[in-house]
Amino acid sequence: MRKTTKNNLITFGGTLILCVVLGILMQAGKLNSMTTGLMVTIGIYIIASTSLNLTVGVLGELSLGHAGFMCIGAFSSATVSTLMINGGAPNWLSFAVAIIFGAIMAAILGFLIGIPVMRLRGDYLAIVTLGFGEILKSLFNNIYITSDKNGLHFGFTNPPKNIDASTKLEILRGPKGTSAPDLTNFWVVAAVLLICLIILMTFIDSKSGRACMAVRDNYIAAQSVGINVTKFRLMAFTLSAAIAGAAGALYMHSLANMLPKKFDYNLSILILVYVVLGGLGSLRGSIIATIVLYAIPELLRGINQNIVNYRMLIYAIILICLMLWKNAPVFINMREKIKAKCKKSKTADLTSGGAEA
Amino acid sequence: MKNYLKRTVAAAAAAVMTLGLVGCGENTSSTSNGTSYGNIGGDSAASNASGAASNTDSAASTADSTAADSGAASDTNGGTNSTPAGNGGTLVIGGIGPITGGAAIYGENVKKGAQLAIDEINAAGGVNGMTLELNFQDDEHDPEKSVTAYNALKDKGMKLLIGTVTSGPCEAVSKEATKDNMFLFTPSGSSVNAITSGDNCFRMCFNDPQQGKLEADFIAEKLDGKKKVGAIYDSSDSYSTGILDGFKEEAAAKGLEVVAEEAFTSDSNKDFSVQIQKMIDNGAEVLFLPIYYTETALILQQAEGKLDVPVVGGDGLDGLIDALGDKVDLADGVYALTPYSATAKDEKAVKFTEAFTAKYPDADAPIQFAADAYDCVYALKAALEKAEINDANIDASELCDKLKTAMVDMDEYDGVTGKSKWTADGEVTKDPKVMQIKVTDGKGAFTDI
Repeated sequence: MRKTTKNNLITFGGTLILCVVLGILMQAGKLNSMTTGLMVTIGIYIIASTSLNLTVGVLGELSLGHAGFMCIGAFSSATVSTLMINGGAPNWLSFAVAIIFGAIMAAILGFLIGIPVMRLRGDYLAIVTLGFGEILKSLFNNIYITSDKNGLHFGFTNPPKNIDASTKLEILRGPKGTSAPDLTNFWVVAAVLLICLIILMTFIDSKSGRACMAVRDNYIAAQSVGINVTKFRLMAFTLSAAIAGAAGALYMHSLANMLPKKFDYNLSILILVYVVLGGLGSLRGSIIATIVLYAIPELLRGINQNIVNYRMLIYAIILICLMLWKNAPVFINMREKIKAKCKKSKTADLTSGGAEA
Repeated sequence: MKNYLKRTVAAAAAAVMTLGLVGCGENTSSTSNGTSYGNIGGDSAASNASGAASNTDSAASTADSTAADSGAASDTNGGTNSTPAGNGGTLVIGGIGPITGGAAIYGENVKKGAQLAIDEINAAGGVNGMTLELNFQDDEHDPEKSVTAYNALKDKGMKLLIGTVTSGPCEAVSKEATKDNMFLFTPSGSSVNAITSGDNCFRMCFNDPQQGKLEADFIAEKLDGKKKVGAIYDSSDSYSTGILDGFKEEAAAKGLEVVAEEAFTSDSNKDFSVQIQKMIDNGAEVLFLPIYYTETALILQQAEGKLDVPVVGGDGLDGLIDALGDKVDLADGVYALTPYSATAKDEKAVKFTEAFTAKYPDADAPIQFAADAYDCVYALKAALEKAEINDANIDASELCDKLKTAMVDMDEYDGVTGKSKWTADGEVTKDPKVMQIKVTDGKGAFTDI
């Protein structure tokens, strides 16, 4: 079996098993409410971080506006699902359509933004994506959509006027946030996550994906062998945006009220932290890093009130230590020594206590 | 090699910092525990037993009750409320609010206010034989974290919730709480939707449009002849836009004219010269500021000498005096509709402020969030007594059903923030309190008008 296929199978199989085991435990009522709640949120963040890994890891471009794509996915999907449910469509159908619509809207926007952005590289690209992310957030902070029997009413910076009060349905409420129907559950998140993983793995392993990696590794060489650089970069960027849109849609429907403020620079950076600490270009790394890093500050809640007060501080320290562990030469040497020892003890058929650590 | 050295030094420095901070933190918390033990000891002789001894007592006397686990958990929580008050067990009250991040001051105040009330109640013998215990969780002013905190509290045996402190998270948590039929009582979540998810949700403060309406009434009735109102508001903020909506509606009904309505956003809240100029151009006779005190302080400074009209604001202005520092003269004459201020002179407020500063000598003066939380706990006590609940092991949903009716049926609750009465939709009715800042000898104070 090819090494990539094997790797992908391990990642996918691992995720699948994890989802099934957690799902069964949840159905059996063996998990406490915090874990049950966390599973949904972490799943959504995994979708977001794996999609960002496509831009940052595979394409090699730093994107600081990923929350912007989640934002458009979130609010467009909320509009669709609210309208459909209000129109009498069943919940599951509305939600499925909403997720797909959110992903498509994010893809369209990703494509449009990608046209100017993909002419840039490196720091300039990062700054432009940062700008677009903020623009999208501010946009949704000002859009009002209300529906009544006469159809949809739009407002910008102010709620629309002359609404028929009896059939009034507020969908987007500008800075007051948007209340989407509460539809996200663990099984939906797990399904979307697995589908996204398949799409990402197939893309990365395809001709286009390898073209992207060629562009990442050597732009000029890739151009010189006839790769249409802009096309492949745009393709990866759009796909990344689409999946982020789907994550946004799930996110929107998991909480009762979502403010546009949530999709700010900090969210983009949070997701980027997961990607960078998990390892650029490694989907498995992103998944593990997201689970670990999201769970740490929440698990610290459980211990006692004194630790609760300092949990964000402890979280920061853990981040610093992880970063050092991952990148400092001395730790890399140490890890390699352990690995070598591990191999040696395996070949010599000996069990060594040090290797376990 | 040099690089490695740098990294190691950085890591070591970080570790030292953490140790230092945690060490300091534990010191302060142990002193505050000490203080409160002193208070309790002074109040009732029965609770003079040392913390450790009383813990064993309570464990023995409630050996048959499952509350023993939560009692054990409470010991690590600082141990302030481990005095056994009766045999009703320990009722775990959850609290959620931001104690880190930009809104941390609100969460901190609610936590301290609620803890103060709970310690006072426990020292006086608890509620119907039950001891109260507060478990307060951080939500970083983020709906997502807030829901996680809510779930964590449920796992820890929370029976009812005081919170959440801020509106956005409250909307998310109240929906979950309605699903579980968990009693939710927010001290300060003021957006309309914060408690609309079900009849299990109540609030201590006015909602935003209600506050805007009361402010419009105030301008129309008390500021004679001033009909032209100019408003500066934060268009990216739910609180600010909510108040303005209610204000505009009532202003139209009362014959006020909103001549200028200028927005800023949280990303550009430093320079207000354009907005102030608009107020002047449109001839505003009253400046209405449905915003927080930090921006208000800047607006007052930038409008100095240009715009000399009465200023009216909401409960966000509590804190304005400190924010202005030595320019406090600018705040002279500002009207604010706020239920409580640490500088207010009415009897209940003074008593609360004294108790608060005695318990937290290192903390800043309490803001209205602390007073709201304090009132929340006492109102809950009244509701628990009305519903005649005396067993802390009661099912949370059953407790919620009983409290729902008790909250509506009980007598008017007279607290720090005024006389409150609740309706079945969870909204509070109380007299609006408009205070005016008076500055004498460079010292500002909120005074009743």
